[in-house]
Amino acid sequence: MASRSSSSTAAGGSDSPQKPTKTKRTRRKRRKARAVGDMSRQMGESHRRFLQTMMVSGVIDEQAAKALYQYCCETHHTQYAPDKLEDFIDTINSRLQPMFMQIRKGMSENNGLQYYALVNMAETDITRMSSDYADNELELFRKTLDLIVCSENGKASSTDILNSTDSMTTRKMKKSETEHLLSRLVHDKWLSEKRGEYTLSTRCIIEMEPYIRTMYQDHIKVCHICRNIAFQCQICENPTCGIKIHNPCVARYFKGKSEPRCPSCDDFWPHEIPEVKRPHSQSRR
Amino acid sequence: MTFGDSLPFMRCVAMTQRKRPSSTQSSSQRRHTGNLVAQDEDDDATFTQPSTSQVQRGLEKLTPAQVDQKTAEVVQYFLVKDQKKMPVRRADLVKHVVKDYRNIYPEILKRAARTFDQVFGLKLVEIDPKNKMYILVNNLETPDKASPVRSPSNPKMGLLLAILSVIFMKGGVVRENLIWNTLRKLRVDPGEKHEEFGDVRKMVTDEFVRQRYLEYVRIPHTEPIEHEFRWGQRADAEVSKAKILEFMGELHEQDPKTWTQQYRQAHSLPNSSQASTSSSSQR
Repeated sequence: MASRSSSSTAAGGSDSPQKPTKTKRTRRKRRKARAVGDMSRQMGESHRRFLQTMMVSGVIDEQAAKALYQYCCETHHTQYAPDKLEDFIDTINSRLQPMFMQIRKGMSENNGLQYYALVNMAETDITRMSSDYADNELELFRKTLDLIVCSENGKASSTDILNSTDSMTTRKMKKSETEHLLSRLVHDKWLSEKRGEYTLSTRCIIEMEPYIRTMYQDHIKVCHICRNIAFQCQICENPTCGIKIHNPCVARYFKGKSEPRCPSCDDFWPHEIPEVKRPHSQSRR
Repeated sequence: MTFGDSLPFMRCVAMTQRKRPSSTQSSSQRRHTGNLVAQDEDDDATFTQPSTSQVQRGLEKLTPAQVDQKTAEVVQYFLVKDQKKMPVRRADLVKHVVKDYRNIYPEILKRAARTFDQVFGLKLVEIDPKNKMYILVNNLETPDKASPVRSPSNPKMGLLLAILSVIFMKGGVVRENLIWNTLRKLRVDPGEKHEEFGDVRKMVTDEFVRQRYLEYVRIPHTEPIEHEFRWGQRADAEVSKAKILEFMGELHEQDPKTWTQQYRQAHSLPNSSQASTSSSSQR
């Protein structure tokens, strides 16, 4: 968009612009820029295909999103500009907004990559999941959420989750039911599981961040580097400091630094600095 | 025949977006400016289609924002229902979502159909004119090149496709035993609990039927009772017979035209056997 208006500037030139001509030229330029802008706001087959893929997949990483964007444009012979993915998604989002749906972006706490997820903005509660889960299943999910948010490492062990069924107010769940529910939650991409410990999936964080910020105001951690909500993170051990940084944000911030120091209080950063993960070396998920 | 991951000619959209119809939330936001027709919720079974003039009058009493909001709710409702491939009954739609906007129901539905088309690339299809049921069908062309994003595989669809193919190749109706034998050959035994599908018989005779992919009808005067399988209305709308035939051709290394009957069926007039869209039939 910007390039188009600048090219018309170049074509126009301006040796000694007289006031009326310059104004007319500017007006024409602005009108043309607006027209181009309007064009990009129009939803076409390429946008619809992108959206349908998002509806089936739920969440995709940035690399896949870029490839999908290109594929959709090429399939429907739409002009493709590699750096205009955000505009493309904005167009879709402007039409999704009345249905309280959005394609939102967020970082994975595991690999630091950006992901796009199609989320429901309507519900202010976890009832967004309620068409698939029974009341007592939702209660257990809430308890798991409690455990994860209030934990230091952003994880909840299966043992702790099983123990929390003791204090359920809805119909109690047996061990086998709990285990079955947890695997469903993982399959439906609300939770991730590793070595018996459960964390919030990237899609879950993207979708539920507003809800979690409201519900757990006092308990949530915020990453000092990227300012987003943080569950799995490192914490500065200086008791008067205590800032939190996502593991991938730590990797990026301290990369190449021989002596890592807290960006806030300058104390020595005592934790192991992870390696920066690259997209192509990532296995699926 | 293999059933498996990607089925390029299943023109269906499985959605992972989980939502509940927001009818409870919206009622607090609604503000009526006019005196809408008050209706007893019980008589939606006898819902009568409002006339064009009634719709006009109804629209005059509402703000554009109110109509847009109600349209959005209808769209959300459909998306949630269609996730599970369950058809939407007009009676349910009116009762749970449209509610006291029922006097402008045709307008709401028309706008919802437009949204499905313009935003999602989906077509709103009436599959049962008598009982007023709707489904959403993919309206995008099947692309030549495969998508770079691998969609989560759906083995159920693979199995369904195998069944639909058999029915189609056999002229459109088969006795159930043929289907059970076919499945057994694919190592899916309807009599046993399957690792992936669970109760196979129930999935085929109940789930697929409720989703309108199959019809399972009793054959009269049979003892013991026997049923026959046909394509359901959703299969008619979503699955391309031409593509099935193409696949058969590849499988048997034959020209699809060698199956003359099926070829004629697959390439007959496009909308002769398909249900019409709601927007065109003014329902």
